[in-house]
This record gives sequence, structure tokens and C-alpha cells, in this order.
Amino acid sequence: MGLKRTKLYDMHVKYGGKLIDFGGWELPVQYEGILKEHHMVRQKAGLFDVSHMGEIEIKGQKAEDFIQFMVTNDVKVIKDHQVQYNIMCYPDGGVVDDLIVYRYSPDYYLLVVNASNTDKDFDWIKQNALNAFADLSIENVSDQYSQLALQGPKAQEILQKICNIDLNDLKYFWFEPSVSVAGVDCIVSRTGYTGEDGFEIYMKEQAPLVWEAILKAGGEDVVPIGLGARDTLRFEAKLPLYGQEIDKDINPLEAGLGYFVKLNKEDFIGKDALLAHKEAGDGRVTVQFEMVGKGIPRSHYHVEKNGVNIGWVTTGAFAPTLNKNIGLALIDSKFNENEGEFDIIIRDKKIPARIRQGIFYKRNK
Amino acid sequence: MNIPDELFYTESHEWIRIDGDKGYIGISDYAQHNLGDIVFVELPDIDIEVNAGDQFAVIESVKAVSDVYSPLSGTIIEVNENLEGSPELLNEDPYENYIAVVAFTDISEKEKLMSAEQYEAFCIEEDKK
Repeated sequence: MGLKRTKLYDMHVKYGGKLIDFGGWELPVQYEGILKEHHMVRQKAGLFDVSHMGEIEIKGQKAEDFIQFMVTNDVKVIKDHQVQYNIMCYPDGGVVDDLIVYRYSPDYYLLVVNASNTDKDFDWIKQNALNAFADLSIENVSDQYSQLALQGPKAQEILQKICNIDLNDLKYFWFEPSVSVAGVDCIVSRTGYTGEDGFEIYMKEQAPLVWEAILKAGGEDVVPIGLGARDTLRFEAKLPLYGQEIDKDINPLEAGLGYFVKLNKEDFIGKDALLAHKEAGDGRVTVQFEMVGKGIPRSHYHVEKNGVNIGWVTTGAFAPTLNKNIGLALIDSKFNENEGEFDIIIRDKKIPARIRQGIFYKRNK
Repeated sequence: MNIPDELFYTESHEWIRIDGDKGYIGISDYAQHNLGDIVFVELPDIDIEVNAGDQFAVIESVKAVSDVYSPLSGTIIEVNENLEGSPELLNEDPYENYIAVVAFTDISEKEKLMSAEQYEAFCIEEDKK
């Protein structure tokens, strides 16, 4: 079978990572334990290997117009060295992937996409670049890059010790394309997937050296973090995951990501379907809920109201920082009322839950 | 790996401590280690009857949901309610913190369970898979 390994594989072994098959990649689900790692990121800092993420480079004169046509957010509002969260849709509004757009210049962008979608995304982008955009250079450069994420309230203090720029000047969702981190040339962005302050660091070589330098610089304030805590951290901060909150059958409006869908910008793939969806004003909606009864909601559990199925849980979990069982559910919008109750079906039992705003984690800034 | 000598074990990683006509049931150190951080325990109702091998409780770690099976047939006469508020006790000391107590009906079923020595060999084989 042969699982793919990132360039940090030896580090995962060295630090005692419990390795699993994650979509064809051999990656650590945890080192010392998911809860301990989760709390470290909220309280101090954690270091993640996210080298499995895909990177696609788009270069050429019409790069900006092309990306504007491919994604739902308005890429024309971001400036050079700015980063933007984005969603790429099919014509029917279903989601191809969610992604981060890095703008070097109007002629040069780097797209960072989900690992499991990289090949699909690359094919989709290439297909749509025929004709009017045939002159663009579109390259899947995923194999060239390693990616680390350093996240948590101590992230800046730690990274500052080993990099050659003043991180106070790097604002949220901006990047610097060439930073020396422990002597290695890196892209550094102030971004992340945990709900904390932090950085994502891309390098073409010497990834283990940078990994070790960050752990050394952080001392007791930083530990390696596995995919288990990556999921609890992102979920607790209500950050969506492709395949759960969004996928080819769940459009971004249904997922509650309308903020990233600019229906008043020029034409983009999926615009007509999303406009029609919005105008119809019915259908499905994602709601946040907390458990009233005892039980942990999990992905795909059914949601019922008065014994009738009204949807399913997209993600649910024990939220470690909040210390409660919460979830997101995609339900028939008729049943979306604040404080409204429904049942989560857990092992054939109806366990009551309540829709409630403001239950997810928000860091104090 | 901690495997106390005086207990009996199942292939699904429960242990039972025989005390007169009662048996205290829990999960092994091997089980808690492999499950990772336990965040929820669903205890059985008192007075339910179980057959050996029946699922009677559920343990949830951060990532996974796992059933717990009774090593012996009998009636559940007591549950460890501490686990409802503090499920992490199963990680901290899996042998001190039982899940439930069964009043067993047929002690001869014990012959099908593993001794500590047999269970240790079984776990070593499991790890090779």
C-alpha cells in the first residue's frame, strides 16, 4: 500500500507520535495525549506538521481574474502579501474545497488546499483554465513544500527568537514571502486553524531543522501536536472542515459561511446557484447546539424533532476548553430557532440538545 | 503495561475481579492506553441482566466510541457513578476504577477468561497486528 510520509516523519518517531493512516499519509494522531496537547495550544503553544496540505501556484497576467472566477470571496480586495480564506464551488454551489489564497502580486498567487483534495482541486483548476486563461502557468507544487504551524498565545514570542523580521509588523492574515527562520528561507503567514494567534511556516528544505529550532526556542512552552488535537482545536473555534461542514453536497450558504461568499462581485463558478439558493430562502441551515442530556454528539448522528428526522450532526465533540459537549448540525431551516430543542440520536436513544448562539470558543484578544 | 495477577481478562480488554459471588468489571491498562483520553462513560442501568460477552456500557475517548462487554453472565448490581463526572479516572487508574459490579450466575464461565500471563501474551500479539 505504501503510506506517504512528510519530511518530518523522523521527528514524529523521535517525539513519540502515534502514527496513523490519515488519508494516505502516515501522520501522528497524538504524541502525549489529545487533551494535553489541546490545552497546551490554548495556554502556551503547539507545533504541527501540516506538510500534507497541498499547494498550487498560479502565475500569469490574468491570474487575479482567473482566481476571482474560481472562488466565492472577493480576491480583488486583498493586497500583495495578504492572505484570504476562500471557497471554491461547483456550478451547483456544492463545494470543491476550501482554501487559503496567498497573493504575491496580481500575477502570482499561491493556493493552499486540503491534502485529500489536492489532486481533485488541481484538475478542477486546470480544466477551468482552458480558453480565456490558457496562458496561465498552473502548477501543483505540493511536493516541494513542507508546512509547519506554530499556534498559541506564546507563538510570537517563540518564533521571534529565531526569525529575522519583527513579527509585530506581521498582521493577522498577512504573510512575508522570504523570512529566515533558524537560517532557513521560509514563507511565514499569520494564519492558523486553531482559534489562537499563530503562524504557518512553509519551507522547501530543512524542515526538520526548523522543527527542532522551534521546539528548542520554545522550551517548556511548546510541544508537538497531533491531528487529534488539530481537530478538537479547529472544531471548538467553529472552523469548518471539508467533508463535514462543507462538501460537494453542502453549499457554503447552508454551512453558515455566507460571509465568504460575495454574491455582488463579478461572475464566479456557482454564483447563479448560490444566488437562487439565497433568494429561495429555505432549505437547510447549519446550527450550533449544546447537549442538554448526557452524550457526545458525533459526525453523521441523526437529528430529530418530535420523532421526525430533520438533519444530521456535521461535527460534534467534547470541547476540551469549554468542557462541554457541543456540535454543529445541518438541519431543515424550518426548525432553526434560537433556544429551540431537538434530539440527537445516540445509540438509538433520543438525547435532547438545544440550539444556542455564542457557545463556541473565542480567544480574548 | 500493568496487568495485575489476581484479575481475569477478556479478548475485548475488560478485567474482572472476583469477590465472593460478585465481580468488579473494568477495562485494562492496555485498553485505556489505546483509547487515549476518555471523556465520557455511559453506565448501564442497575438490575439489567447480561450474558457473558454482552455489551453493557460505552466508553468514549476524544476520537472514538467503544463498547464494553461483560466477562461473565449475571445481573448488574452496582455501577461506579464517579465515572459520570470524572471519566478520566479510567485513564488515571484503570484497575482501581471499576465500571460496574455483576452478580454472576455461573462461575464456570471464568474458565473461558484469560489469566494475567495469558492476557499479556495476547496483548503482545495484538500489537504485532
